[in-house]
Amino acid sequence: MTVTLAFRNLFHDRVRLAVTLIGILFSIVLVAVQLGLYLGARTMIISMIDRSDGDLWIMAYGTKNFEEAQPISTRERFTALATPGVLSASPLVTSFTDWRKPGGGTTLVVVVGTDYEDGALAPWNVVAGDVTGLGARDAVMVDKTYLAELGLNGVGDTAQIGGSRVRVTGLTEGIRSFTVTPFVFTTLNRARSLLNMPADNLTYVLVKLQPGYEAEAVRDALRAKLPDSEVLTKAEFRTRSLNHWLFATGAGVALIGGAVLGLVVGTVIVAQTLYSSTKDHLNEFATLRALGSSSGYIHRVILAQAGLSALLGYALGMSIALTIVYLSHNTALPIMMTPGLAGLLLALTFGMCAISAVSAISKVMRIDPAMVFNR
Amino acid sequence: MTDADAPSVLEARDIAKELGQGAGRVRALKGVSLTLNPGELTLLMGPSGSGKTTLLSILGCILTPTEGSLSIAGQSTDGLGPEGLAALRRRSIGFIFQSYNLFPTLTAEENVRLALDVRGERGSEAIVRAQRALHQVGLRHKLKSYPANLSGGEQQRVAVARALAGSPAVMLADEPTAALDSENGIAVMQLLSEIARDKSRAVLAVTHDPRTIPFANRILRIEDGLIVGEERRAEGVETVHELARNRKRKANA
Repeated sequence: MTVTLAFRNLFHDRVRLAVTLIGILFSIVLVAVQLGLYLGARTMIISMIDRSDGDLWIMAYGTKNFEEAQPISTRERFTALATPGVLSASPLVTSFTDWRKPGGGTTLVVVVGTDYEDGALAPWNVVAGDVTGLGARDAVMVDKTYLAELGLNGVGDTAQIGGSRVRVTGLTEGIRSFTVTPFVFTTLNRARSLLNMPADNLTYVLVKLQPGYEAEAVRDALRAKLPDSEVLTKAEFRTRSLNHWLFATGAGVALIGGAVLGLVVGTVIVAQTLYSSTKDHLNEFATLRALGSSSGYIHRVILAQAGLSALLGYALGMSIALTIVYLSHNTALPIMMTPGLAGLLLALTFGMCAISAVSAISKVMRIDPAMVFNR
Repeated sequence: MTDADAPSVLEARDIAKELGQGAGRVRALKGVSLTLNPGELTLLMGPSGSGKTTLLSILGCILTPTEGSLSIAGQSTDGLGPEGLAALRRRSIGFIFQSYNLFPTLTAEENVRLALDVRGERGSEAIVRAQRALHQVGLRHKLKSYPANLSGGEQQRVAVARALAGSPAVMLADEPTAALDSENGIAVMQLLSEIARDKSRAVLAVTHDPRTIPFANRILRIEDGLIVGEERRAEGVETVHELARNRKRKANA
């Protein structure tokens, strides 16, 4: 009967129910968008590192993230190759440069040059063309999200980087940069040429370990041999990139702060409507108490009311949030929704409604059952 | 053994109650002792402010006395906290309120089932008990009706069924006829007098409605927080039935 009573109390006043649900809905949508953006940003920040086949990354000192790195000497690569436990050491070149659109105008891009045969890092989610096509003259691959920004229509279009012509031979889907700067994939040598980088320079060395070797042990050995460069495990580089973009720049804090704000606003709205609903039904709760109900029984009625509000609000909020996620799918800043995030949102909604119920419960606990005789 | 000789189901001794704080503190009850015997309908009558409702609240374990002792169905209330008193209420006491206090969002049957649910009685057995209680008060045809669709008399009968469903040892009614017209008032009192015939149950009704007097086995009079008189009406119930028959005859004529 507790659920029946909670359900009837809830639906008895449709206007109040609508206000409660709108409160939860806005809260859920706000939190879903903020956390979805956070997840999307996180994925973009670490996608290159996660997709690489390197156990260790060798880079210039002070490198804060994948896109912003200074060149190092190719000697570092040969030193790495001569270190026990190193199976391969693949060079990778990356840097910002200008892209001249075919129709005029320029935009900033990040050129990523690597030899896909190395297997260290190659474009993924290829939806047009083939990675092997990068071997062709002037070939580059870009993400279809950025076609308009790059002034392109699709495969076969040409543009210029520096003074050199490039031709789009393939397209990827969903490889986006947190800086909203399009990635342009090409071969190592072509990247050097496009970036005017000397042949004895590179940006990263991706080290793959022989089976049985610990990444930390080889990292320490490499650090001893390469005092002018930094050597990080894959996990360390991920953490450093995330810390830089999400926390040092404040972007992540803003997103998480927005989510917390959404929760606070939702909690306040639900608490207010639940409290006023409880106040309206105070005589009924006093009657329940007079009939001998335990305080636990009354708590269950109020919590069931909060739980039902949470379920309804979550269902409505998630349908709107999923629509927004779908609409943002092909934008430069996609909002992500994962089963884990959906579960977290459900838990947050229930938590928010349970906290909201506290004020209502404390109000009910203060009622004098003798009021049933004074009506 | 007469009803009066049977072991009492409620015994109050020297109950005193002080209400308010500081200079506004008043002694609403000044040492009330009474017993309620099974099989009896007792009326508690007195002017406004005499302490009727305060005494009813104490006998119903809703208020605790400042002094004195109370025992219901053999259990003393001494040392019981709010949860212990609530447990005693749901086990041994049925309430009937002046304004019925039905849940407007629940049907008649659900209102009765709620009282059983509070006692932990659920499922099909609770439904059968709720329906049986509603049949007993003549509302067989109104099981699925909401309070808003019931007359005042019918609502009070649902409240009686709710109090009855848990088979309490003591039924306490607060001005049960105050909100009813003459005919419904008599019908409700007739119902209470029938319920009071059960040898395992005592019924106490607080009232100042003189129409209720013919239904009583016993009348207690309270003034200024003290019981000032007791009148036993051995033939009361028979008189009531005659009265009801006469009213019906008049109405049909």
